[in-house]
Amino acid sequence: MEPILDVEGLSISFRQYDRGAHQRTLPVIHDLSLSIAPGQVVAVVGSSGSGKSLLAHALLDILPANSAREGVIRYRGEPLTPARTAALRGTEIVLVPQGVTYLDPLMKVGPQICKGRREGRVREACRAVLARYGLPPDTEERYPFELSGGMARRVLISTAVMESPRLVIADEPTPGLDARAAGRILGHFRELADGGAGVLLITHDLELALTIADRVAVLYAGETVEEAAAADFTTPGGLRHPYTRALWAALPQNGFRPIPGSQPAPGEIPTGCRFAPRCPRCRGDCQETHPAYRSFRGGMVRCDFPGEVME
Amino acid sequence: MKHRLQFAGKKLLRMALLLLGVSLVAFLLMSLSPLDPLQTNMGQAALGSMSEEQIQRLEEYWGVNEPLPQRYLGWLSDALRLDFGTSLLYRQPVMEVIGQRLASSLGLMVTAWVLSGVLGVTLGLLAGATRGRLPDRLIRGYCLVISSTPAFWLALLLLMIFSVWLGWLPIGLAVPIGMEASQVTWQDLLSHAILPAVTLSITGVANIALHTREKVVDVLDSDYVLFARARGESGRAILLRHGLRNILLPAITLQFTSISEIIGGSVLVEQVFSYPGLGQAAVTAGLGSDLPLLLGITVVTAAIVFLGSLSADLLYGAVDPRIRRGVARHS
Repeated sequence: MEPILDVEGLSISFRQYDRGAHQRTLPVIHDLSLSIAPGQVVAVVGSSGSGKSLLAHALLDILPANSAREGVIRYRGEPLTPARTAALRGTEIVLVPQGVTYLDPLMKVGPQICKGRREGRVREACRAVLARYGLPPDTEERYPFELSGGMARRVLISTAVMESPRLVIADEPTPGLDARAAGRILGHFRELADGGAGVLLITHDLELALTIADRVAVLYAGETVEEAAAADFTTPGGLRHPYTRALWAALPQNGFRPIPGSQPAPGEIPTGCRFAPRCPRCRGDCQETHPAYRSFRGGMVRCDFPGEVME
Repeated sequence: MKHRLQFAGKKLLRMALLLLGVSLVAFLLMSLSPLDPLQTNMGQAALGSMSEEQIQRLEEYWGVNEPLPQRYLGWLSDALRLDFGTSLLYRQPVMEVIGQRLASSLGLMVTAWVLSGVLGVTLGLLAGATRGRLPDRLIRGYCLVISSTPAFWLALLLLMIFSVWLGWLPIGLAVPIGMEASQVTWQDLLSHAILPAVTLSITGVANIALHTREKVVDVLDSDYVLFARARGESGRAILLRHGLRNILLPAITLQFTSISEIIGGSVLVEQVFSYPGLGQAAVTAGLGSDLPLLLGITVVTAAIVFLGSLSADLLYGAVDPRIRRGVARHS
């Protein structure tokens, strides 16, 4: 099936001024690739600072003015030009943001869900959507500060399904929720995918992502290091990249073992493999040559020695 | 509703305390000044021709040697009955002088207040929306120049241009010189008020425009504006739907706190234009050692400024749902 979204070699960088007038370019996302088919939930997993939210903003063409974007983004087979994005965002391509700060604090929830449209048809649709997510009808009349964390997330999902989206971009939709509430919110995204939409789930929570995702793309220091089927995560042997394995081993049910070090900040990226300084399988070459993103065992991996099982 | 009344009550109580403090400090400062009440009342010449005995009798009459607390309490008990004494210069009750002067200043101040508010918010909105581009730079440049220009200097400049060189507007005062009060038309009044009002407005605009601009920039950088863009709302719609709504509250605060600046500015501007308003009366009272009038003006202007802030606080409660509903929810 034709993918609904196909990202190839996406790079995002920021122009910055450091020390007076000296301008420098700060690469934040480098050579990021992924694709989403209709009916699929693809999770993009990475720790804070790996460039996850920027990916969402790049897809919607709402990056800050001092940023530059390279690479190809195709939506339903056609390149996503700024004009096309402007026409599609908010209707076919929708964003579900993180939390209540994405709602205007001084506007009632109802008008925000309806985007200010007052026709009876829209108001009815709004009420139906609220009911679908188990929100009381008086939610419309509330201000954002009167919503609980879980209600706010459901309101944000409501804004998305008011349209008939083909691509839903969910940017960290669960932090601050307890496991049960988070599970329910993620369930709503699964429903949207089962209804035929493609869902891009951006999260730092691998465990939660695995509960609904079909595929998982792992982000490290601004690049995709592995794209794997959710089923590959049942055993570490199914995984391809040492960082993904480390993530797997760090899950509570798999031993809760962290690896030392931390992700390099943008601007301090090593020349070779970005994971090399922390990699238990690092060899001489890894420090010098930057590995290409390649197919391996039905998935994608950015490692020159993929799939080697750790002892 | 109950908590709103409580809130207003508390604020009014604070206002009473503040006025008490202001009057006490002003009274203290004035009693520390080298002014001799006998001399200012009688005049140097009259005092010189009096005998020791007469002077002593007068000192007793005026209460010169009474201790300070007693004098203050005497003034306070009268002031509470709105009797601020008699102005030495105008030979009228202080309240009457203030009433007349306030009436002629009010036109200036209200015009300047409204103009600077409307212009300031408009310019600030425009500058914030075009951040970093030409309109923003022009507006910011204008605001910075104006805020670093003393009001009296600007007044002199306008006076020179429009009254001296172009001759379009009168050079000062509130009515034409040598005209009977009954013959003064409203056009006369208006043409005399234009320059002082414009000067006050121009200086007021800068502050409000710069603050509004900052707020607009904050709003445009906010998560909810980012989300609105992600949902396909246009830049104009975002500014009108989210921008205006969210800068309204800080604008209200600014507008009401700017009252103090308008009053402060009017002292200088009225002086330059010889406009017989409250500001000019304050200067005259200060220079002419008219302590009762000076004290009265200090207390009355403090009350006006405080009432302005109080209105802002109360309006906030009515406009901001987080206060209106939030407080109701918790009480």
